[in-house]
This record gives sequence, C-alpha cells and structure tokens, in this order.
Amino acid sequence: MAQIFHRSTNFISRFSVFSFIFMMGFAVLAVLAAARSPYLTRQNITRQQPIQFSHKHHVGDDGIDCRYCHTSVETSAFAGIPPTKTCMNCHSVLFSNAGYLEPIRESYRTDKSIEWVKIHRLADFVYFNHSIHVNKGVGCSTCHGRVDEMPLVFQANTLLMQWCVECHRNPAPNLRPMDKVYAMDWTPTPDQEELGKKFMKERNIRTTAELTSCSTCHR
Amino acid sequence: MSTTRPPIDSPAIRRLTTVLGPGHTFGSVTDKISSIVLTRPTSFGWFVGFAMAFGFTALMTIAIGWLFIKGVGIWGIDIPVGWGFAIVNFVWWIGIGHAGTLISAILFLLNQKWRTSINRFAEAMTLFAVACAGIFPLIHTGRPWMAFYMFPYPSTMGLWPQFRSPLIWDVFAVSTYGTVSLLFWFVGLIPDLATLRDHATTKAKQIIYGMLAMGWRGSVRHWHRYQSAYLLLAGLATPLVLSVHTIVSFDFAIAIVPGWHTTIFPPYFVAGAIYSGFAMVLSIAIPLRKAYGLEDFITLRHLDNMAKVMLATGLIVAYGYFFEFFMSVYSGNKFDVFLVNQRLHGPYSHFYYALILCNILLPQSLWSYKLRHNVPFLFFMSIIVNTGMWLERFVIVVISLTRDFTPSAWGRYQPTFWDWATFTGTIGFFIMLLFLFVRVLPAISIAEMRELVAETSEES
Repeated sequence: MAQIFHRSTNFISRFSVFSFIFMMGFAVLAVLAAARSPYLTRQNITRQQPIQFSHKHHVGDDGIDCRYCHTSVETSAFAGIPPTKTCMNCHSVLFSNAGYLEPIRESYRTDKSIEWVKIHRLADFVYFNHSIHVNKGVGCSTCHGRVDEMPLVFQANTLLMQWCVECHRNPAPNLRPMDKVYAMDWTPTPDQEELGKKFMKERNIRTTAELTSCSTCHR
Repeated sequence: MSTTRPPIDSPAIRRLTTVLGPGHTFGSVTDKISSIVLTRPTSFGWFVGFAMAFGFTALMTIAIGWLFIKGVGIWGIDIPVGWGFAIVNFVWWIGIGHAGTLISAILFLLNQKWRTSINRFAEAMTLFAVACAGIFPLIHTGRPWMAFYMFPYPSTMGLWPQFRSPLIWDVFAVSTYGTVSLLFWFVGLIPDLATLRDHATTKAKQIIYGMLAMGWRGSVRHWHRYQSAYLLLAGLATPLVLSVHTIVSFDFAIAIVPGWHTTIFPPYFVAGAIYSGFAMVLSIAIPLRKAYGLEDFITLRHLDNMAKVMLATGLIVAYGYFFEFFMSVYSGNKFDVFLVNQRLHGPYSHFYYALILCNILLPQSLWSYKLRHNVPFLFFMSIIVNTGMWLERFVIVVISLTRDFTPSAWGRYQPTFWDWATFTGTIGFFIMLLFLFVRVLPAISIAEMRELVAETSEES
C-alpha cells in the first residue's frame, strides 16, 4: 500500500505541535502586553490643545501654584478646569496683543468656553475624588508626574486599576508633609518609612481592607 | 453453597453473561464497527434525527443570542430566585457526564471487561454533556464576554479571582474535567483512527483519519507507550469522578440557605451524578444498538449491569433524601423543619412527589431480573431517571430559594419561553453531537473489542 503522507510530514507534525504551544503562549503574552501598552493606556501620549498652553512655562518658570487654576482640588471630586477669566487675570495685561492668545480673548469676548482636551480619562465606573487624596497628603506629582516639566501635558502613569490599588494597598510611601503636597519636586526623604507610618496614624488613613474594598472606588 | 445452582462458568450461564456475541473474529469486529463510519450509506433515519436535533440547536443559538442582546432578564429569574434554570441545567448536564468517566476510568482500573463496548460512546457522551454544562455558567453571568475574569491571569486590575467563591472552583473543576476527558477520549481513539485510515475508501478520509491517527503504526513500542499513557490518564480521571460533582455540590453546600447547607451534599451529588449518567448511557446505548445492529457488542449483559449500577446509585440517592429529611427534623432547626414542610406541602410539592416517584419508587422495579432484560422497559426507565434527576436539581434550587428565612422576601419562580428554549436547545445540541459522532468516529472501541475477542477465544 502506498504511503499516504510524505516522510517530511513527521517533521511538520512535530514542529506544528510544538510551535502551537509557543504560538498560544505568545498570543497570551501579546494580549497581556497590549493591555499595558501606551496604545491602550494613553500613557506618555501628548495631545494637541486648542491653545498653545504650556504647563512648563506657567508652573516651572513662573511658579504659579496648582490651585491658582485648579481651584476646587481641595474641596471637590473634580480639581476644576479654569474659566477663561482666570487666564485673563494676567493676560488682559501680559501679552495682551499676542496672536496665539487670540482664542482666549475671543472666548472672553463671546463668553464661550475653551474646549480643552481631557488627558486623564478614568472609566465611568470609577469614583475618584481629588480632595480626599490631597487632604490626606498625596501630592499632585505622585499621580500627574512633573507637570512643571511638561510643555504639553501627558498622562504620566498608566491609570490602570493595578496602579491605583498598588497605592491603596500601601499608601505610606506616597504620603507627604502637608506643605509639600503641591510641590512638584518632592522626593521621599530617608525617613519616609517612619514619616509614612506617622502620617497614616495622624491623618486617620483607613485600613488596607477599607481602601481596597470594591465600593471604595466602584460605587 | 446450594447444590442445585449450576456452576458459575457453565456454558448456560456464560451465554447469559457474555460481553460479546458468539462467533466473532478480529476481522468481523473490525468490519462491523468501521463499516458504520466508512462504507454503510447514511440512512434516512439519521438525516431525520440529525435535522431535528439541529433544529433544537438552532433554537439554542437563537435563545443565547437573544440573551446576549437583552440580558438575563429574559429568563424567569428574579429575586429571590436568582439561579433558576441555568444552575439546574448545569448541574444536570455535568452529572450526566460522570458515568462516562466512571465507565472509562474506574471500570478500566477495576478490570471490568464489560466496559469495553460501551466506554467509547460513554466518553463521547461525557464530553458532549460537559460542553452543554459549560454553556450555562458562562451565559448566566450576565456579561459572558467578561467570563475570562474567572481565570487567574495577571490582569491589569491587580486582582486575582475570588478564590473563596465556588464559582471559581467550578471553573477549575469543570475545565480540568473537560480537558482530561478530551485527552482520555482522544488517546483511546488513536488506534481506531489508524484502523479507519487503513480501511478508508477515499483519499480525503485517508488523509483526515491519518492526521488524527498521528502516525500510529501499531508497533509493539507504540502499544507499550499507548497502554502506559492510557493507564495514567485513567488514574488521572478516577479522582475526577468524585471531585467534580463534589465541587458542584459546594455551590449549594457552602451557602447558608436551608436545604443546601448540609454535609451530605457531596456524596449524594456524586451518587446522583452517576445515577443520571448511567441512565443517559442506557438512553443512548439502546437506540444505538438497535439502529446499527450492535446487539452482539452491547449485549443484554451490559444493559443488565448498567441497570444494576442505576439501582445501586439510586439507593444511595434515596439514602441521601432520607437523611436530608431526617437531619432537618432531628436538628430541630426551625428553618430546616420549615423547608421539609415546604417540600411536602408547599407550592412546588408536586415536583417533589414527582421526584420521589421517578428517582426512588419506579427504579425499584430494576430488582426484577425480567425487567432488567426487557430492553424497551429499560429505555423507559432511563428516561424516567433522567427526568427525576433533573427534578431533583429543580427542587433543590427552587424550593429552597422561593421561601427562605424572611417571609417578606418570599417569591415564586416561573421559567419563561427562553428558559425552555435554552434547555431543550442544549438537549438538541447534545443529540446533534452524538449523531455526528456516530457517523464519523467508531462508536465502539475496535482495538479493545479485538482484545476482547482474543480473551474470550482463549477462554473457550
């Protein structure tokens, strides 16, 4: 009886069995890697804004405090996007004829808001509150990165849930003295371990079980 | 020892207890079984049966598609009965699978020759039942496209599944069961696939069966490795017969609902699983041997043995029912006593009486030698037991949930058209898979039957 398969089939079948295992493994790894990639998390991606606004210039060079524009960060869930009037506090005098500020003046004249492009987009099913974080001593730059070095703001962290819960499981390393919350250049000092424990106690920061309970963030 | 009884190995007794009809040779066994797949024309009846089963499969697809669009609200579930048909059917199907594993693994290790001609299609039945069972927990989650959350993979959420939840245990139990059953079935098929390859009538069949046979040549070395692999898989599958339904029973037993929170659940679920599984094997074997003239291979001895297993496991199940009852009353726990009352006099009591009739009273007829050898009666009995076991799960789920601790939270349960469509659809799907299986793969293990020929000819 003639052979059905050529001799090479032996090799092909063995090769395909083994390569199937590797390919499946690779496919799983690829999906896991894609979920963490900037393509899906938007980390490190800058976006065109309607106005050439530089955080680097305003925060880094001029030294304006975060709260000057983001006024509600200490009292509300939303840090607040400044109204055009905030811009005009200075720019009615400074660079009042600059061409690239025309959209600001137009917005002021017509009473139409500037449509800023949102960079930090959390999922709708996440309840996030800025005020509780800054009032317990988590600084802006912990989540938003060195905004004073960003001409165009980008998302410095992944905003993946694993990134959130990493800190919720152990907040102590990220707790600052209260006067450093808005400092862009804060880095932990060697005694952070003790300080962190102290702040946890002083500020009545809840237990890990409470901080990582589902309904803390998914209400 | 009574002297009037004939000695156990007298020709008269042997003819009654034979596991293989007389006069078979290696060739005749091979031809008979492989011809169903290779040479016999597909009968009209096959097409009619297949078309009907396919129609129900289509119904299932529609029901599931509609479910994905509209959500679980199309089912009769609500508060307090949040489980309903999905869990009833899941437990029923997964239980049915157990007989296949018992036959192929435990009876193999115990060297029971009568398993030989029924193990192949019983294993196929296991696989198809697991496939049907797997549908339900998947679709009952509400967002089935998120079902992968139940697997422990390094997620971007920084979370693992809730390992204390029986839902996760189910995932592991059922996926392990499915995998081992598939491997066991496929390894057992390899020599037969080679036989089909060698007897194939067309080039296409030769190539397909040849690829599936994975280069089997039947050398001594092949057989040696094959037998150790088969033995190892049998060893792996054996604990699964007990563990899978134990874990399924934990879905209920670890909850505090009256009627669920009992330690007797694991053993009585396992017994019930084997009970319904053997009933399903009978429901398949009887039409199969009739349609393809396999009375020589699936003999009355097989049917008789399966009926006996049904009788034995049925008695264990009856014991379970009795002690569920007894412990409820004996404990004096008012909620448990109330549950007993609900089963006997509540709004769903007729289901409970039907269950007792199907699972305990009617199967007692199997004590009779005559009835065990009455093939139509056995078929009838197997359907009765399958119905009874489905009712059992219905009673457990619905009676306990509709009336638990707080009367203000009581309710009723009424399955909808979509519940029935999904349930009957999976039955159609199961039958469709069986029809396809019988048509393209040897329903009886050719290699093992040849061994049986060798053994029985040595004896005579």
